[in-house]
Amino acid sequence: MNEKKQINTDQRAAEAGTVLYEDRLSGGCHWSMIMRKGTSLRIIDEQGGANVGMLFYNPVNMLERYNAPDTLKCQHTFKLTKGNCLYSDMGRIFCSIVEDSVGWHETVCGNTTKKVVNDKWGEKTYQEFHNEWSQNGYTSFLVELAKYGLGKKDMAANLNLFSAVGVDDEGNLQYLEGNSQAGDSIELRFEMDTLVLLHTCPHPLSTAEEYPHKAVSYQIIQAAPVSDDDYCLNHREENRRGFKNNEIFHLGGNSQAGGCCHD
Amino acid sequence: MIKESTLLAEQAVFREIVAAGDYFMKVVKKGQTFRILDLAGNQAADTLFYNADDPSERYSAVDTIREQGNVYLTAGTKLLSNESNPMLEIVADTCGRHDTLGGACATESNTVRYSLDKKCMHACRDSWMLAVAENEQFGMSKRDITHNINFFMNVPVTREGGLTFEDGISAPGKYVEMKAFMDTIVLISNCPQLNNPCNGYDPTPVEVLIWD
Repeated sequence: MNEKKQINTDQRAAEAGTVLYEDRLSGGCHWSMIMRKGTSLRIIDEQGGANVGMLFYNPVNMLERYNAPDTLKCQHTFKLTKGNCLYSDMGRIFCSIVEDSVGWHETVCGNTTKKVVNDKWGEKTYQEFHNEWSQNGYTSFLVELAKYGLGKKDMAANLNLFSAVGVDDEGNLQYLEGNSQAGDSIELRFEMDTLVLLHTCPHPLSTAEEYPHKAVSYQIIQAAPVSDDDYCLNHREENRRGFKNNEIFHLGGNSQAGGCCHD
Repeated sequence: MIKESTLLAEQAVFREIVAAGDYFMKVVKKGQTFRILDLAGNQAADTLFYNADDPSERYSAVDTIREQGNVYLTAGTKLLSNESNPMLEIVADTCGRHDTLGGACATESNTVRYSLDKKCMHACRDSWMLAVAENEQFGMSKRDITHNINFFMNVPVTREGGLTFEDGISAPGKYVEMKAFMDTIVLISNCPQLNNPCNGYDPTPVEVLIWD
């Protein structure tokens, strides 16, 4: 793939907002893809109550990955919403939340496991239920990680988009019911080439009586260039420094996707 | 929850003072109890745990938080692995609250948090990089460096979803003590951070004690 052709600022400006591709993921599924710098991923909760587990890696160095603690502490926030940037462990921004109709996405609760799913909703094997089987977030990520030579050691704390947990003064976690409604969406603008792993398995604290199969649709959109008055860039002074780190990373050309120095 | 220990320092089978900016990496055996003692107060001990038989099983902040339904760690907290197994339990704690949301300092995140020209200042993750490089017997690499506990650090979450970095609630002589349910590699970076008021810009030593 010709990266230089891909990242053409003039072309990008002319085509900002163009939907390049759209598709959907049924509930309880997993997928992965490379998002290019300068494109956005808009995810839409079709029915309300969706959960999207997500992880990010740098395709040219898979050891650089989404870091939830850095993301939270760099922006002094526990919840994630419009204006927040999602950071790697190397001080760079994988993507910025440029639009969000939900208001709160969480990144501290991890995934369902096979045991959690079976205990909550009963086991539904592939043998018996085929496409309606009850997959879990943990093994979903293992499958997607393995496609890139990665494994459980590489599984960092993930995002749970569309899901929220509040915390009281004593630190008790409270799963917030009804956080996302049908039609709610979030848009992530990628600030560097990024391997995105995602699943649509339920949130581990879901109180649904039945295993919730909640589909999402998604669009890949040509993003407008980041302007100096950009909302995410200016949301916090830390983000300005994060963007600067990305700028240094891209000096002299664009990142070269395809290579991988992961051992 | 404040809970004092009945163990006596003079009966410990192992004692070592870890200077700020150094790492500590040692196996604590199943059934042993170990203590991290904040000698001078308001120090942060950035800590990771691994199953000594298979380090791909390791402390998991998200599993620990979710299963106990609380973001703070204190006496009674079971520290869970990424496979949801209890690795250790906090059996004594004179500090009352420890953080596991804020992660460790790294040279790169310091550039974002403070200033790009801080990039070469010493940071916890550099100590861990050195630890895995100098302890090849454990077969670990950067892939194993994950989200840690900040013993003695106070990082309250607000009801509105904010994250605040408060003055430490630790003081000279405060400690936290854990009993191991499995042979556990304990990896501590005694935090060298000079840019954060959490340690009064003065990183200080901690002591590690182990009892059979």
